[in-house]
Amino acid sequence: MAKGFSVRRQTGFGVIAWLCFFMLYLPILTLVLFSFNAEQSMSVWGGFSLRWYESAWANQTVQEASLRSLQIAFVAAIVATTAATMAALATTRGRAFRGEQAAYAMLNTPLIVPEIVTATALLIFFASIKVSTGYTGIGYLLAAHTAFCIPFAYLPIRARLESMDLSLETAAADLYATPWQTFRRVTLPLLWPGIIAGFMLAFVISLDDVVITELVKSGGQDTLPTYMLGQLRRVVTPEINAISTAFLMLSVVIVTLFFFLNRQRS
Amino acid sequence: MATAAETARKAERDDVRSRWLLLTPALVIITLAAVGPLFIMLVYSFLDKADYGGVRWAFSTEGWFSVFFERDIFDDTLSLADAHITILWRSVKLSLMTTLLTFLLGFPTAYFIATRPERSRDVWLFLITIPFWTNLLIRTFAMQEVIRNEGVINMSLLWLGVIERPIQIMYTDTAILFGMLYVYLPLMVLPLYASLEKLDFRLIEAAYDLYATRFQVLRKIILPLVKPGIIAGSILVFIPSLGAYVTPRVLGGGKNLMVGNLIELQFGQGRNWPLGAALSMTLLAIVMVALLIYARQSQSRGLRHG
Repeated sequence: MAKGFSVRRQTGFGVIAWLCFFMLYLPILTLVLFSFNAEQSMSVWGGFSLRWYESAWANQTVQEASLRSLQIAFVAAIVATTAATMAALATTRGRAFRGEQAAYAMLNTPLIVPEIVTATALLIFFASIKVSTGYTGIGYLLAAHTAFCIPFAYLPIRARLESMDLSLETAAADLYATPWQTFRRVTLPLLWPGIIAGFMLAFVISLDDVVITELVKSGGQDTLPTYMLGQLRRVVTPEINAISTAFLMLSVVIVTLFFFLNRQRS
Repeated sequence: MATAAETARKAERDDVRSRWLLLTPALVIITLAAVGPLFIMLVYSFLDKADYGGVRWAFSTEGWFSVFFERDIFDDTLSLADAHITILWRSVKLSLMTTLLTFLLGFPTAYFIATRPERSRDVWLFLITIPFWTNLLIRTFAMQEVIRNEGVINMSLLWLGVIERPIQIMYTDTAILFGMLYVYLPLMVLPLYASLEKLDFRLIEAAYDLYATRFQVLRKIILPLVKPGIIAGSILVFIPSLGAYVTPRVLGGGKNLMVGNLIELQFGQGRNWPLGAALSMTLLAIVMVALLIYARQSQSRGLRHG
């Protein structure tokens, strides 16, 4: 054929794909652009300025909410990753055992149950604990975040374990390494990329959560997303854009790291 | 003296026990802070509501009853709870439409990425992944900035002279649809891509050799081969759409509720916990049915090929 008939081409698919990418990025780019607006307006461009970043930075409530978000995400991701690593080791090594399927299903339930359902169930459960113990601290949020982070940490760690060469562990055992030595010197070093990927996923998932946090939090426990949700009800200023942009940058950095970590593996 | 068989059996028992020990922390956390409370909620859905939120410990089916029916306060006559049914119907309708639209847009996109040269594929994929990991609230807010009356779309159309007055998109069902389409699109593209990437193009070549048209190739070869990806993507979009809370709250305003907002309302201003619990359980049941259909689909596929 004259102009190279490609079996891969489908008419119009390229156009739709470009439209898709345009649609995905137009809103985000608009949001970022107006965070640098000198005017209060969200639709008229009044020149470049960093004033909204300054006002967001100086805003005490934003500071507190950001700090709380990071704290919760950090603690939840560490605990979730540790528990998930142990669970992944238990479900990928050796022969299948009775109850393994059930345990696997259980670990993944937070992925299946709609967030609003988990959120209301936790609200009910925690309300009764609050009444009987009087404790209203941040522990509830930590527990809730840890629970829904576990499957996100579990999946990359398990994937890494499954793709690992078992003969190395067998070799270590043949050379009289104790199970602990084998784990410490062979399995763990090979598993690190998976653990870090799992941690980062868990961290982002916790940082992004709105629904469960909104329903579980007690007074004065706003995280950055729930603070923003509250602000959207009022008249919005580009300060929200500035906060969003900063948040966005953090996510992009984490995703980029995650992406390269995964690429290295394959 | 223990025989070899006994030693082996003991070793296996020890192995299983240590593996359960390794599983314990994860299972305990999930039981306490995710799965266990669902059972408590099931119990609450059968209790009597207290006046200022919470429940009275007396058995009642009023919560479940009022998911679908309402009792007239004067003469006790029953009628369908129109408001609830409207909201449930809107949730199902918008979620199905979101699933369909994300497929119509996402399939060509995934195909486009899968047919790029190997090296640039990762970059395209990365461009899909970034919005996927961006906070859902931020993306919803970004969408609001595009569709509101002074937003990018209306300003551009006004400037071009296509319209004279801004089109009211915000606070309508269309706004929610736009928002959900926007936030859930990557969830459709990624599994579709995973299927398309494995597509054997020799089959397509063979089809063309047998004089198939491009459309026939698409319909008879490509779509059947990537069916697992289509089903996985649809499930991944449909389930979170059905339970959506943030997007309808921000873009739908106060009037256009979806079931997620209706549930939250019962625990806030509505102060009807049993009804909220029953609605939550209803939502969970719909999701389970969708997943069962999915499981059966993939099972029958496995049988045919196995």
